[in-house]
Amino acid sequence: MLYRTAGQFKTSYKADQALFPVRQDAILLMIILAFAWVIFPLTASEFAFQTLLIPIMIYALAALGLNILTGYAGQLSLGTAAFMGVGAYACYKMVTLMPWMNPILAILLSGVFSAGVGVAFGIPSLRIKGFYLAIATLAAQFFLVWLFEKWAWLYNYNASGAIQVPNLEIFGLYVAGPQASSVTQYFVVLGIVTLLTLLCINLTRGNLGRTWKATRDMDIAAELIGINLMKSKLTAFAVSSYIVGVAGALFVFMWRGAAEPNLFDIPLSFRILFIAIIGGLGSILGNYLGAILIVGLPVVLGTVPAALGIPVSSAMIEHLNIMIVGSLIIFFLIIEPHGLARLWALIREKLILWPFPH
Amino acid sequence: MLNEIFIKPFADMVAAPDFLMQVLWEGLVSGILYALIALGFVLIFRSSRIFNFAQGIMVVFAALTLVGLYEMGVPAWICVLLTLGVMFVLAVVIERVVLRPLVGQPDIILFMATIGITLFLIGLGEIIFGGENEVMITEELGIPTGDTVLEPFGGLLILQHLDITVVVVATLLVIALLAFLNYTQMGRAIRALGDDHQAALSVGISLQTVWVLVWFIAGIIALVTGIAWGARAGVSFALEVIAYKALPVLMLGGLESITGAIIGGLMIGILEKLFEIYWGQPLLGGNTETWFAFVLALIVLLFRPQGLFGERIIERV
Repeated sequence: MLYRTAGQFKTSYKADQALFPVRQDAILLMIILAFAWVIFPLTASEFAFQTLLIPIMIYALAALGLNILTGYAGQLSLGTAAFMGVGAYACYKMVTLMPWMNPILAILLSGVFSAGVGVAFGIPSLRIKGFYLAIATLAAQFFLVWLFEKWAWLYNYNASGAIQVPNLEIFGLYVAGPQASSVTQYFVVLGIVTLLTLLCINLTRGNLGRTWKATRDMDIAAELIGINLMKSKLTAFAVSSYIVGVAGALFVFMWRGAAEPNLFDIPLSFRILFIAIIGGLGSILGNYLGAILIVGLPVVLGTVPAALGIPVSSAMIEHLNIMIVGSLIIFFLIIEPHGLARLWALIREKLILWPFPH
Repeated sequence: MLNEIFIKPFADMVAAPDFLMQVLWEGLVSGILYALIALGFVLIFRSSRIFNFAQGIMVVFAALTLVGLYEMGVPAWICVLLTLGVMFVLAVVIERVVLRPLVGQPDIILFMATIGITLFLIGLGEIIFGGENEVMITEELGIPTGDTVLEPFGGLLILQHLDITVVVVATLLVIALLAFLNYTQMGRAIRALGDDHQAALSVGISLQTVWVLVWFIAGIIALVTGIAWGARAGVSFALEVIAYKALPVLMLGGLESITGAIIGGLMIGILEKLFEIYWGQPLLGGNTETWFAFVLALIVLLFRPQGLFGERIIERV
């Protein structure tokens, strides 16, 4: 009823291929953006910013990066966290070596470094496929985390071996470090996430995106119709690692405030892979749905027992959390292997046809 | 610099052959454990194309169950039997609840499901057994703990009895498994399912039975590795990393190959010890064992994309 598409005629190919062929999609997106840009900043509490809004955005961005590689180009990667680490450390080195640099520029540039590393570790994908490639990306994961630990130059020879975000300002407003306010950080994150999401939507609709999808669906066939596999796979690694690197820089600079090498260890990689898979591989929207579920669920689970008045220790809650996340992953895989984005697509389909079944 | 990389390590090896033998021996012991875990992976992968990420947590879970039961006052050997029972129940539950509804899904979905199982078992294990470090009941199981000192080349070579036991037991287990796979009806069914699912189904091999069986075998392997590794390093969730060590073994040997798992495991166990002692510690600041095996496997894969013993990948359009 709300989604009735009757009367929206397409009279040209251009209109048919538009970003939002259905008007209601655009309206829905407007409402979501209005919430994100206006209503949340006005109403959210400090707690909500720090435990929900900012991490959801950052995790969704990282998952988006992974989704470009795994969902669109079909190259399974288990090294996401290490590439986030490259972004974070690159950003840290830039702002400490060049303190006059605009921090937002530094964050955006830090992705370039992780893109470079990503391409280097992507080269084996030209020969290795499937699970072999997935394990090969683990080489990046373990090697880079080891490097973060041993290469003291990266963390400016700190005794603690961790990186600490300094106070950074733009035009007299603190955007990172202990003095920055959550609202400012939220807007920085939201701005970058919105920008990169828009970029990704258009990339995946365009020429490059179509070569990625062809590579994913069957790389030999793609090669036969004239797609340069090397270009397609390496650009996917580059774009994916760029986004993941920026997400890593945001992760440390806008949310955590400090980072140790083991923060970028394999559990983080898996977390992002869960978000991408539960959200739906090969979809942009899915990353956000997945991030809301994976980040939001522990917060909700943490408040439920207290609200019901059941005394449960915090360690117990954490363990229950892991168990529930594990079972939810299996549950979602069983009911909808294509993820939450597919569920939404089915609901939307039903809404368009409602009240008729077919 | 070149001297330090190319000459000095070898000179050190020749200068102290007893130390070299000690390094090789330790590499062999961990190598055989890697091989054992990799074998669990390979069996499951061959029979169901599932890349079983839960193997590592199964090791922890088996070891924790064993120790937990013993602490409740059950005699050691009955603990082992009961733990085997638990692993069997686990195999049945996994097959029934997780795998059966996911038959025919893409590989990555099944892989994710095993990560889901991993998380579930971590949570469950911590709730039941607590997160503390436990001590493996080595002596109670009758595993010798002393050591033998040999003196080859006028030096010292210390062989822990525990390590000797591990090598012997693991070798026997590998031989038993190979015999089971090659000479029994069930074993042949497992291999048949690995070769061709539909052909195997059409001659009446039950998919469900075989799956439960391979997961149970993986459980037995997990228990043995858990005892062996737990006796050396204590029983905790940190044991889970041992699963990551088996992954490069799989790459090196090939995902489908049983021989590959064994040879790959031994190779990686020995080479990573050698690299760590002679190159990693003096030149790179140590702790290279976390990544060396992966990088080695990566380099091998660049030349042989299916691993050393894997099935040749034939692609058709």
